Amino acid sequence: MSIYERFKSAVGLAGESAATLTTGDPALDAVIADLVEALDADRVRYDGAERALLARDASIYGGGVAGPICFPTTTAEVQAVMRVAEKHRRGIVPRGAGTGLAGGAIPLGAPIVVSVNKMNKIVEVDLDNRIAWVEPGVINLDLTKHLTPMGFHFAPDPSSQQVCTIGGNVANNSGGPHCLAYGVTNAHVVAIEIVLPSGEIVMLGGLDAEPLGFDLRGAFIGSEGTLGIATRVAVVLTPNAPAVRTLLLSFDSVQAAANTVSAVIAAGIVPAAMEVMDQKITIAVENYVGAGYPKDAAAVLLAEVDGLESGADIDADRIASIGREQGATNVRLAETENERALLWKGRKTAFGAIAQIKPDYYLHDTVVPRAELANVLEKVYDIADRHDLLVMNVFHAGDGNLHPLLLFDAREEGVIERVHAAGAEILRASLDAGGVLSGEHGIGVEKQQYMESMFSPDDLEHQNRLRRAFDPTCRANPGKVLPMGHSCADIQALKRVPTGVWG
Amino acid sequence: MADPSPNTAIAPTLRIDDPVLHEFAADVGSEGPIAVVGGRTRWDLGGAADDDVRLVTSPSGIVAYTPDEMTVQVRTGTTVAELHAALAERNQRTALAERSTASTVGGALAVGENDVHVLGRGRVRTALLQVRYVSAEGRLVTGGGPTVKNVSGFDLPRLMVGSLGTLGLLAEVILRTNPIPAVSVWLTSPDCDPFAVLDTVRSPSAVLFTQGRTWVQLEGHGPDIDHERARLDAIGAFTETEGEPPLPMHRWSLSPADLRTFDGPADSVLSIGVGTVWSSEPQSPRRLAGSNALIASRLKREFDPTGRLNPGRNPAAR
Repeated sequence: MSIYERFKSAVGLAGESAATLTTGDPALDAVIADLVEALDADRVRYDGAERALLARDASIYGGGVAGPICFPTTTAEVQAVMRVAEKHRRGIVPRGAGTGLAGGAIPLGAPIVVSVNKMNKIVEVDLDNRIAWVEPGVINLDLTKHLTPMGFHFAPDPSSQQVCTIGGNVANNSGGPHCLAYGVTNAHVVAIEIVLPSGEIVMLGGLDAEPLGFDLRGAFIGSEGTLGIATRVAVVLTPNAPAVRTLLLSFDSVQAAANTVSAVIAAGIVPAAMEVMDQKITIAVENYVGAGYPKDAAAVLLAEVDGLESGADIDADRIASIGREQGATNVRLAETENERALLWKGRKTAFGAIAQIKPDYYLHDTVVPRAELANVLEKVYDIADRHDLLVMNVFHAGDGNLHPLLLFDAREEGVIERVHAAGAEILRASLDAGGVLSGEHGIGVEKQQYMESMFSPDDLEHQNRLRRAFDPTCRANPGKVLPMGHSCADIQALKRVPTGVWG
Repeated sequence: MADPSPNTAIAPTLRIDDPVLHEFAADVGSEGPIAVVGGRTRWDLGGAADDDVRLVTSPSGIVAYTPDEMTVQVRTGTTVAELHAALAERNQRTALAERSTASTVGGALAVGENDVHVLGRGRVRTALLQVRYVSAEGRLVTGGGPTVKNVSGFDLPRLMVGSLGTLGLLAEVILRTNPIPAVSVWLTSPDCDPFAVLDTVRSPSAVLFTQGRTWVQLEGHGPDIDHERARLDAIGAFTETEGEPPLPMHRWSLSPADLRTFDGPADSVLSIGVGTVWSSEPQSPRRLAGSNALIASRLKREFDPTGRLNPGRNPAAR
């Protein structure tokens, strides 16, 4: 059962075949009829409950309207869906597990939603080339579990890795705690078979050392579904490290933790991961899973080094002594695999832990130079204070990737406006510090209107040119990433159909 | 939706204060065929520049080096040798190849060929964080961002690496740097299966094979290197050597698996686990597969409608 089906049965949606449905709109009925012919009736849906479900993703953004929903199982079927979309001039939105936090999978303008959840096979593990060919619906952690007995894993490990898909990782150029040393998805994908919005199947990149021509593979990764749909991905197999050392350092200020991170990098050590959690989130996590974090520390730093035994020991010792020099009140080395797993469980369930405090959260994502971490964090606390919001910080400190977590109760009047205002100020503070809009969540709809704060009109025009080279008619995931006013951000053309039809 | 009226104060990514970059953009202008000359290390790659092309040089100099951030901002006319000498003072380096003393940062990126140590130092294409280039219209364009991690918008930096200056002329870049390991050693053996090395050593920086001889570069902490050497000794008789073997001039791009059945010229040097081959003879011409050519021609038309940037060169004809 796919993740989507599991979710659907959990929320009690039976699902209704589109074959028997008429929408009252002849144009839309024709689209659905063509889709049913391209796939089969069971794998084209148009009932209200499913469309409502797929109108959202894991972000706080609404406003999406799903058109017909398709579940192709092969590249040829994706191609057939694309051709139907082309024929009817409909937008299409690719969708993995819908765990995105920037609204990238929200369908705008009632496009055809192409779920890749039924394309979930690990096609081939090619040890000679140290890659695996996988379909886009393969779940990140399932891939790593499959590779582990062979001595390998897939390096990107976003917090959502138990549910997020490789297709989604490609779309977002996903990271995770361990991309500090290993790099983000771009460094772990060598080739991608895609279907262009016009229906052509193209292999981007290749297994050879230096594929010919422009790096279209690189351009596609992180394009948030706006250039086409990935149907097969060649992911790099990363050898599992023989030795891993995980340290937990406690500090009496967030600044001291941040300074330790900078000092470690300055000392020439690139740990596998360096994660910082402030006291509020540490307490929440500790109450939730009992990971063994100290509740009395103002901040904890979870640092991990890996490699061979001796080198891992050397690096772990140096991190411990750097931490002490920076004022660590306690330094603990995980003694057992169990203890190590528990520390990581704490970190990775941080977002689940906060549900006990407030029903809703907005998870921000910006990057600043490491040296600015402490300053920007101070501003983040101040911004939250001024907007009367509860903020917790758990972040990929090694990369300077901040994840302020604003907690709220959406039922409280005016709170959403305060959350957005605080979010905007956090972005501003990050940009002013020499940072960027997003480290791993992407732009989606969340940060679209802030692109002009980071890029000039010329810069954005060139991004738009890249977009158009893949998708001249701007039908793949319309209305995302580029701010309004750029041709491919414009969904006006799609809005001409009476809105009542889409309900 | 996000607040529709964000503050529009100028962020550092938007500010191009460096007058040298503006002078370069003015020099490039918006008309007439043009190409940038670097160190001429790979001048004829992808076709020689047309005769009527106006040649310009890009600005040089290191703008900002922040070892604690593991980043360096450098103008593209700077030689890779000069850049690496400056980084070495803080015990760092980049993934860029230093093919000759004249090789420039811009040339290394526009060509995009990986260094012989790619297994240890990473690919050139992942080292580029932010790029500033002059467009066909003579405008300065910024892609990417200054931080080590960034997914803000479309990935123009990846598009520029290996593009041979046909989409924009590189002016200034921010590169990711890496620490230089404590120990670096080259070993060679006359009787070792090179493919066995990858299963024996955790992360060699290079494994080369030529004329029956295997060459391995190990980098890292001293005790780890000792450990790896002991493991290597179990699969071959290794002795320490100065550096890599001489690399013939032509470069082939194959897959790592292709190397197991490689049947090319006898003097070829094979990069095991990578797929690069250096050989005395050129690789038989490769062709862009299917619709890659369609996207490539659309890109060229979008970025350089009049075809003035590096006419005569084609990244798909290397």
